[in-house]
Amino acid sequence: MTTALSPGKIAKQLAKKFPEAVIEEGADSLLLKPESLLAVMEYLKTSPGLDFDYLNHVTGVDYYDYLEVVYQLTSLKHNHGLVLKVRCYDREKPALPSVYGIWRGADFQEREIFDLLGIVFEGHPKLRRIVLWEGFEGYPLRKDFL
Amino acid sequence: MEIEEVYSREAIDEREGRQINELIARSQDIIPDPDQWLDEELKRNVLVTSVDAVLGWARRTSLWPVVCFPACCAFEFITTAASRFDISRFGMEIIRASPRQGDLMITAGTLTWKMAPQVKRIYDQMAEPKWVIAMGACAISGGIFRSSYSVVPGYNHIIPVDVYLPGCPPRPEALIYAIRMLHKKISQRSIIREGK
Repeated sequence: MTTALSPGKIAKQLAKKFPEAVIEEGADSLLLKPESLLAVMEYLKTSPGLDFDYLNHVTGVDYYDYLEVVYQLTSLKHNHGLVLKVRCYDREKPALPSVYGIWRGADFQEREIFDLLGIVFEGHPKLRRIVLWEGFEGYPLRKDFL
Repeated sequence: MEIEEVYSREAIDEREGRQINELIARSQDIIPDPDQWLDEELKRNVLVTSVDAVLGWARRTSLWPVVCFPACCAFEFITTAASRFDISRFGMEIIRASPRQGDLMITAGTLTWKMAPQVKRIYDQMAEPKWVIAMGACAISGGIFRSSYSVVPGYNHIIPVDVYLPGCPPRPEALIYAIRMLHKKISQRSIIREGK
């Protein structure tokens, strides 16, 4: 069984290297600043002792006031996991940095979030529709759809 | 080069989107009968006696189903095809993967708009005469997914349906009943159609 790392410990470790990167420490997750997302992810993947080499999934959630993207990371080496979140307050043109360059597995899932929630992942090399067809209007997974 | 343009990803995506939007736009229209123009000529010039009976018998006892199983009703169809319920009793045991060799499309499952052009294409490729059984609630009306943005509200929005079989999913006995109803329909059909 994969052990979930305590977000508090990780936050302390991150605070040394990236001050102000963590906005909020949840009970089971960390809320990150979108600007420092890529640097933190790169650090989590490469730093010894953490080695988050596997991205389980990327998901998007609509909370009316903001759109949230959730990253579930796992280290296959140490068998531990961590949940990270990023928020996007602009509903008209939501944009976040893409983690495609760090984990290739983010490819299809970021495309799915782009298709169904309308979040643009900047830096994704082929951000096209994946589930719906060309000409479909609106973003079905948003709460205000229909 | 032009060839590259046609087969580029963007062009394929765009063509697919255009096809789906056309299907959606035409989904409320009446599906025209492809051999309507034949009727008048046939009525005036052809006289048949027991040919109809023989043709009807031959057609209904060798219905070959075409694979169109997008969702879970397929398992009821598989059960029906397997030894316990055994549709080979009706001459249907050969389930064709090629639409050109099949007569009957049993539409077992929910159809999404993304999949609709493919189903329409399979139906168009089947040789006449051909029949369709809409199997299950989703095939009749979209079922519980009817109000969804991505689901076709019934196969009759894209292809003509002969027999509607309700159930979620229908039992194999119900499918056999639907097949028997289709047999009756086929045996009543004349090559000279009477009374529109």
